[in-house]
Amino acid sequence: MNQTHLEGGFADPARDGARAFRAALQAMARPGRIETVAGLVPPAPCSPAAAALIVTLCDPTTPLYLAPSHDGGALRDWIVFHTGAPLVAAEAATFALGTWAALQPVARFAIGTPAYPDRSATLIVERDVLSNDGAILRGPGIADHARLSLPELAAFRDNRRCFPLGFDCYFTCGDRLAGLPRSTRVEG
Amino acid sequence: MNHTDYNFAYLDEQTKRMIRRAILKGVAVPGYQVPFASREMPMPYGWGTGGVQVTAACLVPEDVLKVIDQGADDTTNAVSIRKFFEKTAQVAVTEKTLEATIIQTRHRIPETALTEDQILVYQVPIPEPLRFLEPSEVETRKMHALEEYGLMHVKLYEDIARHGAIATAYAYPVKVEGRYVMDPSPIPKFDNPKLESPALQLFGAGREQRIYAVPPFTQVVSLDFDDHPFDPSKAPHPCALCGADDSYLDEVITDDAGGRMFVCSDTDFCAGRREDAP
Repeated sequence: MNQTHLEGGFADPARDGARAFRAALQAMARPGRIETVAGLVPPAPCSPAAAALIVTLCDPTTPLYLAPSHDGGALRDWIVFHTGAPLVAAEAATFALGTWAALQPVARFAIGTPAYPDRSATLIVERDVLSNDGAILRGPGIADHARLSLPELAAFRDNRRCFPLGFDCYFTCGDRLAGLPRSTRVEG
Repeated sequence: MNHTDYNFAYLDEQTKRMIRRAILKGVAVPGYQVPFASREMPMPYGWGTGGVQVTAACLVPEDVLKVIDQGADDTTNAVSIRKFFEKTAQVAVTEKTLEATIIQTRHRIPETALTEDQILVYQVPIPEPLRFLEPSEVETRKMHALEEYGLMHVKLYEDIARHGAIATAYAYPVKVEGRYVMDPSPIPKFDNPKLESPALQLFGAGREQRIYAVPPFTQVVSLDFDDHPFDPSKAPHPCALCGADDSYLDEVITDDAGGRMFVCSDTDFCAGRREDAP
């Protein structure tokens, strides 16, 4: 039996998981803020920050889609062992993991229904760079405006137009993460 | 039972994950009530089980927790919840608003302005602002989906027709970010302007199984009419203990002869002002 997928989890799941969620919560509540999470050693190409989100939020009740960029054997085994999340097609996913290019087309992800806008996907987008420059963000959680290096603008503008429906995004890079809820207005 | 017999912050990890997902969706859709699988807690419904579950899901070991009940740190509900988290999460606790990183509250917002580093967790009895106007969950859900809030304005209008003013004094309905009408929990309407805050605000309703959120700097507008604008009124007195004329006051009966005094409802704010006074 392969040993590696059993390792690399949180040393102290309850407390480390609490700290990881707090980072994820602050990131989603304050778009543009970059938070740091540490403590996980997932198989490549998954970043520690993306792994922290998956381990903290996914379980057997949350179908997960692995985009082609992240659909490797070692990572599959690791995620299944640490979360028990069923791996599914994009249309059925509650969470999705991959690079922005691999997640396309994003229009296929669940955006909720008018009665239940919470029944929507959360995309975990792996990025090579994550910094406070580029697109201007305005909306809930932001005092005036914030800046975040987004992979593109059009998709997030389209997503905002669906509000209160839409998907929500995390961007991860190494051990850092930032959030972009559907409520954020994105300008060039 | 020894405290080490509990998981950190009482709830099991699977439950926390479920609550955490609900909180994040609540943050993403400000004012929308996210259903969640509320658990039995070791306290009765109505004692803040929703707030306790939200706090348990958010707590980190480094947090400093403050719990207030109607503004007071020393009432039964506040003391028991504070002790609960001291025992099950071993977190530091405080009565000082400025020192706290998480504040769980029943029916008040602290007078002291909150900061970006703080999270305010509300205990909510009835999360649905339309519930007393429309008892059916199917119907109220449809009304939120269609942004059909005329009934709420009719209710406020009937208040004016009958009493000459909007008579709702607490749980005064608000519209969040121009979309969802939300019950701010039974805080006095005096506190409504403080709902626009640099702090993150989370709302937990345990019996009704709903979680919702107001992210920092989110627009929160109290419903009103152009000719009857919102009025965050309070008792027209200064505090009898600290002299503050800008805080929300409790009326306290002092004897059998009709004697009474008005004192700050926020005990930490009042005590701090008396300490600072020369």
